[in-house]
Amino acid sequence: MALVLTEEQSMLRDSARGLISDKAPVAHLRALRDAKDSTGFSRELWKTFAEMGFSGLLVPDQFGGSGLGCVEAGIVMEEIGRTLMPSPFLATSVLAASALSRGGSEAQKAQHLPGIAGGSLLAALAIDEGAKHRPLQTKLRAMRSGNGFKLSGDKAFVVDGHTADLLIVAARTAGSAGDSNGLTLFLVDPKAKGLAVERTAMVDSHNAARIVFDNVEVNADSVLGEVDQGFGLLEGVLNIGRGAVASEMVGLSDEVFGRTVAYLKERKQFGKAIGEFQALQHRAAQLYIDIEITRAAVLKALQALDADLGKAGNAVAVAKARAGTTATLAVQEGVQMHGGMGMTDQFDIGFFMKRARVCQELFGDSNFHTDQLARGKGY
Amino acid sequence: MADLEKFRAETRAWLEQNCPAEMRKPMTSDGDTFWGGRNAKFSSEAQRVWFERMRDKGWTVPHWPKEYGGGGLDGEEAKIVRQEMAAIGARAPLTSFGISMLGPALLKYGTEEQKKEHLPKITAGLIRWCQGYSEPNAGSDLASLQTRAVADGDDYIINGQKIWTSYANYADWIFCLVRTDPAAKKHDGISFILFDMTSKGVSTKPILLISGYSPFCETFFDNVRVPKSHVVGTVNRGWDVAKYLLQHERAMISGMGERGVGRPLGQIAADSVGADAQGKLDDAQLRSQIASFEVDEAALAAAAERAVDLAKAGQSHPAFSSAMKYYGTELNKRRYEILMSAGGIDALEWESDRSRGGARPRAWLRTKANSIEGGTSEVMLGIVAKRILDLPGA
Repeated sequence: MALVLTEEQSMLRDSARGLISDKAPVAHLRALRDAKDSTGFSRELWKTFAEMGFSGLLVPDQFGGSGLGCVEAGIVMEEIGRTLMPSPFLATSVLAASALSRGGSEAQKAQHLPGIAGGSLLAALAIDEGAKHRPLQTKLRAMRSGNGFKLSGDKAFVVDGHTADLLIVAARTAGSAGDSNGLTLFLVDPKAKGLAVERTAMVDSHNAARIVFDNVEVNADSVLGEVDQGFGLLEGVLNIGRGAVASEMVGLSDEVFGRTVAYLKERKQFGKAIGEFQALQHRAAQLYIDIEITRAAVLKALQALDADLGKAGNAVAVAKARAGTTATLAVQEGVQMHGGMGMTDQFDIGFFMKRARVCQELFGDSNFHTDQLARGKGY
Repeated sequence: MADLEKFRAETRAWLEQNCPAEMRKPMTSDGDTFWGGRNAKFSSEAQRVWFERMRDKGWTVPHWPKEYGGGGLDGEEAKIVRQEMAAIGARAPLTSFGISMLGPALLKYGTEEQKKEHLPKITAGLIRWCQGYSEPNAGSDLASLQTRAVADGDDYIINGQKIWTSYANYADWIFCLVRTDPAAKKHDGISFILFDMTSKGVSTKPILLISGYSPFCETFFDNVRVPKSHVVGTVNRGWDVAKYLLQHERAMISGMGERGVGRPLGQIAADSVGADAQGKLDDAQLRSQIASFEVDEAALAAAAERAVDLAKAGQSHPAFSSAMKYYGTELNKRRYEILMSAGGIDALEWESDRSRGGARPRAWLRTKANSIEGGTSEVMLGIVAKRILDLPGA
């Protein structure tokens, strides 16, 4: 397969770009932040997303979605990255839709997927517990109890957990922290007894939640996939999420870079545009090259995810590791080359720096994925 | 799509049938590369068989037109041949500057007569070419070159000196930049011309490098007579040809940072450094350097693949090869710094049979030229800044 977008994919990009740049420029995020909006995103805009078919992008046709793949989801994420649009797209349309359509029973799919495609159901994936992303270290316990299970433990960094109508929770049904066997995914109603959600406003003005589970009862039907064998499903879903976040970081990096190059041409010091100084020219060129190489690695990973999810691990590790280091460099150079203006809240560049930091941590930072690649290659 | 899958299956089967096992092992020395030419020698029977089978199939250069000895494959098919060759670790049957540099320029700028004369001899490995670009006072500032070509009837008389001419002492012909109009501005008086290295007045002198090898020569022209019909493109517009060729040269050099098959670097390092009980490399810092390198290497391979696909789709920027050249060469230098660190004292031996005559340290030293030859890293960044980013005054 050629490592370029097809005509249909280019059209999808254009329509996503048109909508997002029009309805949700960076000013949209800024306004939500300044208003201390408790939702943190625009429900009205999410409705438009659903009408345009974006919310059900990964939902199979028979459940009301468009049945497209990770390349298409990445295209939308890249456009989201350009304007930092806060949106349930990642948590609901990428992660939850993938988990349900790949691991769900027919009944679970029929119950939830049409709502995701239609935009009425918001969902969130609860994985992380400690300060760093370590899915194998999952400690939250699910003890058998009667016909079902009781969940106890803590989750953190649950993206959009504060607005979710449905939680997908990774829990340990057997073994101990570090084991890949003994993990199980559960579908949990956030309004269940014993469950407490704390909204955590994050540095990037996006939202996540800390969730405490105190003997939360769920029935046997709420198991997603197979008991004790949830890691394979989880890893696949996480890899799709990693590809999506890597795409967001490509969009983010590209936008910061574009703004920075424009500034280099416009800002004058010592009687000339600062872009005439070779010290800045070469750094700008290096950043451009880094971004283009990362863009290729990310597209490669998205295609690999669509071709064979089980074999995409190394390509995804490369993409997420690269995207993290590239975005980190892009935002630092962005602020530095904007000089004092880059430090002001009034300028948008700082928003990109904050979001890049959060994207790094999402589903494993560059260090995590570089280590994953080394493990994958046997050293 | 179905046709391509069929082509892939046929290609795979053909390669399986025709590529000798010995030609699927990683190359270990310069002798493993077959360059062709009048004085070509095969280093093994397997090398000869492999070259001849690929030549007869037209696959020494799969994407060139059939009438010039190529395979006549389109972009997708040629990609499949590359992928299937990489999958079994098949060596290139023929390596030459005719394929990677002169050929693309002739296809674009050459007359039909020039194409018919030279391209089939390239694909058949009959003529080995060298590149006469740099001069002692024209390195990064290549367009300031001073080698003169003065018209004399139907000929030019060429006088001057080239330097860093790769393998000039083995080459049969040279593609050369000469000044045909000394009065014009420096970019406007240059012509691109071809001539036989056995012409009277041509001499070469190898330059001993820090690796102990002499891959480059000084090349001298003393009243060399060359027919005017050997100019490629328009007289005094040779810079256009030169730049176009450089894009291909840079794409070729950027590929040196890529290693599709073979053992992961981390496993090579484990041979000398050792591994702990969990199989992790017994040097945490080195392991982390290697893993970071392999992330970047895989990303570069994707970018190289994408660059070809973008070109095919008509979406590539002509200066993008400079971006790839910069990244690929810096990456290759990193690779060899890692290999030297991983090898430790074993990688310091210079002459022993055990070290295959110091193959690793010599290769390490050779890579230091990667970011100089074909345009320095600094020149590449300048080109990206000017031609792609459109920064002022670059």
